[in-house]
Amino acid sequence: MPIARIVQDPIDPAAVLASVGSDEDGASLLFTGVVRNHNQGRTVGGVRYDAYEEMAARVLSQIVEEAVQLVGTDRIVAVHRVGELTVGEVSVAIAVSSPHRAEAFEASRFIIEEIKKRLPVWKKERYEGDVEEWVEGVTPVAVPARQVDES
Amino acid sequence: MEIRTLFFASYKDLLGTDELHVNLPIGASVSDLVEELRSRGGAFTVLPKLPAVAVNMTYADPSSTLSDGDEVALIPPVAGG
Repeated sequence: MPIARIVQDPIDPAAVLASVGSDEDGASLLFTGVVRNHNQGRTVGGVRYDAYEEMAARVLSQIVEEAVQLVGTDRIVAVHRVGELTVGEVSVAIAVSSPHRAEAFEASRFIIEEIKKRLPVWKKERYEGDVEEWVEGVTPVAVPARQVDES
Repeated sequence: MEIRTLFFASYKDLLGTDELHVNLPIGASVSDLVEELRSRGGAFTVLPKLPAVAVNMTYADPSSTLSDGDEVALIPPVAGG
């Protein structure tokens, strides 16, 4: 059931929310990340998200799978959009449903924070006067599990 | 051995390319690859000495040993969400 996708087309948050939920769940939670019209004192007209798409799809799947393990619900959907977005458009949507609210909030928060730390996606903002800049980001850290014993 | 090296976002803009095939001696590490690139001079010297990298789409340590045909991506600080 857990779903993780990198998409080019606009995200429909209602459809993402509708894709989770079951009769045993008393909580359904939707988080959306939205393009805002300002950043660090500057007016933003739009953004472009670039991605290492094949890896981003894998990493998002891993993050969602970790959230499943963390909270014990598998009714989780995470979608990240790439390409050109205008102010007000949804860049990311996360929906979680679970028997009680705590797991849904925890899973949703975990997923968005991990996206910020390690999803290979980059954001270029467009300001007034058609000035564009890559947004300063976070350097991902290689997890120790990756290290291979060469001996 | 040949390493397919990928550049994204600010690194791609900096170098004016998104992909290079780099030849390295057998047994070379991720940091050897970065050093080879930086030794090319010009814009390459602006690359960090220790950028985040992914080897075959998994984040890897600079000391990781590479194999012929590996795909190595230099990953600028990420800004998704």
